[in-house]
Amino acid sequence: MRFPARGNEDEWIGFGVGKFIHKIFAMTKQRVSYTLDSTLETVDNAEQTATRIAAEAGFEEDEVMRISMAVREAAINAVFHGNAYDPGKKVRLDFESTARDLVITISDQGKGIDVSKIPDPLAPENLLKTSGRGIFLIRSFMDEVQIHPSHSGTEIKLIKHVHGPAVDGKEASQ
Amino acid sequence: MSMKISNRQVDGVSIVDCSGRITLGEGSVTLRDTVRELLSKGRKKILLNLGEVNYIDSSGIGELVSAFTTVRNQGGDLKLLNLTKKVHDLLQITKLYTVFDVKDDEAAAVKSFN
Repeated sequence: MRFPARGNEDEWIGFGVGKFIHKIFAMTKQRVSYTLDSTLETVDNAEQTATRIAAEAGFEEDEVMRISMAVREAAINAVFHGNAYDPGKKVRLDFESTARDLVITISDQGKGIDVSKIPDPLAPENLLKTSGRGIFLIRSFMDEVQIHPSHSGTEIKLIKHVHGPAVDGKEASQ
Repeated sequence: MSMKISNRQVDGVSIVDCSGRITLGEGSVTLRDTVRELLSKGRKKILLNLGEVNYIDSSGIGELVSAFTTVRNQGGDLKLLNLTKKVHDLLQITKLYTVFDVKDDEAAAVKSFN
């Protein structure tokens, strides 16, 4: 997976906030993208940014909390499981707000998650496991979740509909 | 807000008062260290007061489970006290609410250990 270098997207303008956000290189009126280091600070910043953007998009407080928690869990997966804290690997975080949806995409540069090997955390034999609940929580909190693993990383797309789940809304994992 | 933690003894029960966030990193480590320290002193009746915990992530949930199983494996018991709505809801959807012994009254919770 290759992330675009700073300034490669002509319609995007660059700006910087906070010492923990390594690069903020793109923003349009309804879309903002970040390229972040594989650190715990990235997890906290991803959560805080999601909280702000979801609130600005008009979601209620409880929904904002669910969205920010889902983003936090996805960021944990990207930093910890995907990139394994490798300083040479980055996490890409994209927010896109439309009239219908808030779409958040988190990408890492790891080996790619094997979705089929994620155990069911609700199965009796897994209830007392100390890990393995992240993807479950993400799916619980968002309207749609799409997971796209590849040999060069995992991209997870989180979708929250502005007016609740769509009639034909469904979860897709690939 | 990072996690703050303190503990006190009431009728042979260690009440661990937690506040803030139990999340990946500092919060989870603080809780783990506290439980381990209590166990090392032979204090195996532990009541985790989560009344001031306003946020918990999957790592924090895992730490609660780890504390629970660690204490149980050493012949002790760990119970939860005063769950906030957020923590309560998380334990519900992860089906852990029925795994933990959850209390909402401190005095009754302390008595329940004996």
